[in-house]
Amino acid sequence: MKNLPAYIVLLPLCSALLSLALSKIHKHLGRDVVFGALVGSLVLSVVQLVRVIQNGPIHYIFGGYKIPYGIEFSVDTINAVIVIMVCMLGVLSCMFAFNFDKNGDALQVGGAYTMHALLVLGMVGMTMTGDVFNLYVFLEITSLTAYCLIAMGGSRGIVSAFRYLLVGTVAATFYLLGVGILYSVTGTLNMSDMAACLKQGNNDSAMLMAMMFLISAFGIKMALFPFHGWQPSAYTHAHTGARPLIAGAMGKIPAYAMFRYLYCIYGKDFKYFRYVLLIIGVISVCGMIYGSVRAMAQKDIRKVLAYSSVAQIGYISLGFAIGSPLALAGAFLHMLGHAFMKGGLFFAAGAISWKYGTFDLNDFGRIYKRMPFTAGLLTVGALSMIGIPPTVGFFSKWYLACGAAQTHEYVYIFVLVLSSLLNAVYFFKVIEKVFVQADKNRKPLHPEGKGVTEAPITIMIPVVTCILMILLLGVFNVKVIDILLISLKGVAL
Amino acid sequence: MMTQIETILAGKGIYFLTLLLLTLGLYGIIVSRNYMKKLICMNIMQVAVIFFFLCFAQKNSGTIPVAMKHIVHAVEYINPLPHGLMLTAIVVSLGTTGVGLALLTRIKEKYGSIEEKDIIEGEKQFR
Repeated sequence: MKNLPAYIVLLPLCSALLSLALSKIHKHLGRDVVFGALVGSLVLSVVQLVRVIQNGPIHYIFGGYKIPYGIEFSVDTINAVIVIMVCMLGVLSCMFAFNFDKNGDALQVGGAYTMHALLVLGMVGMTMTGDVFNLYVFLEITSLTAYCLIAMGGSRGIVSAFRYLLVGTVAATFYLLGVGILYSVTGTLNMSDMAACLKQGNNDSAMLMAMMFLISAFGIKMALFPFHGWQPSAYTHAHTGARPLIAGAMGKIPAYAMFRYLYCIYGKDFKYFRYVLLIIGVISVCGMIYGSVRAMAQKDIRKVLAYSSVAQIGYISLGFAIGSPLALAGAFLHMLGHAFMKGGLFFAAGAISWKYGTFDLNDFGRIYKRMPFTAGLLTVGALSMIGIPPTVGFFSKWYLACGAAQTHEYVYIFVLVLSSLLNAVYFFKVIEKVFVQADKNRKPLHPEGKGVTEAPITIMIPVVTCILMILLLGVFNVKVIDILLISLKGVAL
Repeated sequence: MMTQIETILAGKGIYFLTLLLLTLGLYGIIVSRNYMKKLICMNIMQVAVIFFFLCFAQKNSGTIPVAMKHIVHAVEYINPLPHGLMLTAIVVSLGTTGVGLALLTRIKEKYGSIEEKDIIEGEKQFR
């Protein structure tokens, strides 16, 4: 098990390459291989986290080239936890997607799962890599597969995907420019080596220039407030099977990469560090308000969730802007929690659309009678988004507020509370639609038996897992924060 | 005065040109009404970054990075790494352009046009 980090990336890669060929033999063989590989990755990533906690960070060097010349995967507790999150959402949404490929031919089905596995691979690679150019390659893998998965969502999906492709390529180009500036200053691509070189040299203006490019690049990729234009339509029109993965995990990974650049490569010795943090703080505060206000006006549940993502990403980057260890840990807890909340809410929306073929909030009347688990997930997810204990949403906001209080940034606490109240407005609307509004008696799309009939088991497992994860992450938040703090203590302000 | 400008142009002029190319691409993406033109401008932007990397990798009196017997010092070779990186970036931009063209073909099939106003008009039909 010396090659543990490599296996986590290699398993989805191999399955992705095999999937298309195998689906020629039998329509569902490819997807089963992908599912098995993702489960394998999930198990290995849990093993990896245990190892990292016991033995400290893992530095895996590819091909035996000496660092800083070769490519390395460096895994500490932060990215070990995030890899688990990505793999878990990957497995769940792969299982979820089983139900939405009924009327495609073998090539379409196989191709969809190829994209699915590659998306997971790209995100896992971006999280674990210790090399800035390697990160660019994984970023492009993630984006290209995301364009394809969004385009598979139908006629409007294609246009959303094309718009995202234009904006996403601008982001990738900006990232490459930032890397170019940093490389021309330091002459290295390895993250830890680059951090050491930047500390010695006196290149503050070049570093500031690179940072501006990096912030806009990652801002576009994670849909931070002024850069979010592509995001609502892309989330809305994406392929239903892949939507939880795209919405739940894809926005978080660039946020994590931004954290790496801010705290691990630049660090607090950077002359303009305070100003950079202030800029990130201001745009995330604007995003938190703007996203919540826009989400209130939507009728389509996909649009509600997409705009609320703009607000929730703001919480994560707000944690980076505050910068104390507790706030950073809160931001990462929110990252984990939000992946399951948003992924879960999209699972629930997908389950309802599987059964009734609608995404309109007004058609959700009294849905709890016929789909109790799905309604339960909608409720738990909505409560967690608002931030009501014992769900994870409360604790992540609590740690963010504690961190802000430690550094005396009281404006941030005010905005945090204000945004939570705005969240309450539109998520209580969702809860009201589910429990109170008159039943529209829509006809189910699929034939069903008497009494309570939920969606099939492959939809129910992701739904129930998400409910459990939201509650468990909330109840055991101290444990998670402790694990995160092992690695965060060294880098925070 | 003239010599000053000449030294600046000789040393940094190429960076101004790449910056011009980059902003030209960005401007084109924003203002073109035709999606094909947007895709072309996106390519121009990617090329600008490739030029940027190649420019700062340049060195006077350096030779190609192939080990030769009579040249022993690393200073006398060009650093091959930026060129290697840009090979990867070119491949990535090829992939992006491929996906973009595939999407454009599908858009043309579904909406009958790749002009922005026709697509926005067509989007209203689909829910």
